[in-house]
Amino acid sequence: MSLDAARWRALLRPGDVLLVVAGLALCAYAVVALWRGGAPDGAVVRAGGRVVAEVDLSRERLIEVSGPLGVTVIEIRPGRARVASDPGPRQYCVRQGWLTQAGAVAICAPNEVSLSLTGRAADYDSLNY
Amino acid sequence: MTPSTIELRPTAEDRRIARHAAAAIVLTVAEAAIPLPLPGVKPGLANIVTLIVLARWGWREAVWVSLLRVLAGSLLLGQFLAPGFFLSLSGALASLLVLGLAMHLPRRWFGPVSHSILAAFAHIGAQLVVARLWLVPHDGVFYLLPVFALAAVVFGLVNGLVAARLLAELSPERGDPRPLAPAAPSAPAGDSPER
Repeated sequence: MSLDAARWRALLRPGDVLLVVAGLALCAYAVVALWRGGAPDGAVVRAGGRVVAEVDLSRERLIEVSGPLGVTVIEIRPGRARVASDPGPRQYCVRQGWLTQAGAVAICAPNEVSLSLTGRAADYDSLNY
Repeated sequence: MTPSTIELRPTAEDRRIARHAAAAIVLTVAEAAIPLPLPGVKPGLANIVTLIVLARWGWREAVWVSLLRVLAGSLLLGQFLAPGFFLSLSGALASLLVLGLAMHLPRRWFGPVSHSILAAFAHIGAQLVVARLWLVPHDGVFYLLPVFALAAVVFGLVNGLVAARLLAELSPERGDPRPLAPAAPSAPAGDSPER
């Protein structure tokens, strides 16, 4: 038994090669179909508990939401979103930065504004604070 | 020793099945010693024997060898009637069914490598279905499908190549099945044939 590549290749018939390629294609398809669950496809903005905007993440835009303290600016980019500015005192939601996973949430509690990403399969079932 | 009153006359076919099953069991036990990153991803080296038996002696003997291997292998590894045994059994049954169909594909185009890959996919398919219905009743098991599919392609290819190589070196027309796998021990003399 030598590891001579040519001899091993001679054992492959055309259909064998075809099946290997088909098998690898199936793997690639399975990866794409099953492992992209974390990618978000939309964003939901709430103010005072009510949904004020429901947008998809396909193009850039800015959303301005007014709350009790002032105006919160939400920035949407393809595939991600963030709270660009907020009048709140501690800026937690701004410092959270870009949200990129389905189910991720940024909450600006003082101004009663929240930004959450939606997706086919979110990484979280529910979040508690 | 008292002579047995029951006389079993093993036929040549019985001895052949026992010999091939013994080779497959050795490979199963040897394989169990290989550390594996993920439960369920195994090279399935014993299937090389099944492929060779299928090509040389037909489907019926391949079924015998494969099922005897699952049974005896699980007994030796202490897995008999454990979940792993049913996963093995369902995988073996599914691949035997697929092999029964695949062996009728045109020989010119599809060789042992094709048989091996198709059987490997049948194996993981059946195991995933059993796991989903019984062991892990949650769609989460399908999350691992890409890993299992890749393992099926890689190990199916490797096992098929080894089987094809052994078949080529055995020269199918010679009709002497003795020099099988390098590790094949001959069945103990006087061993009663499994029936």
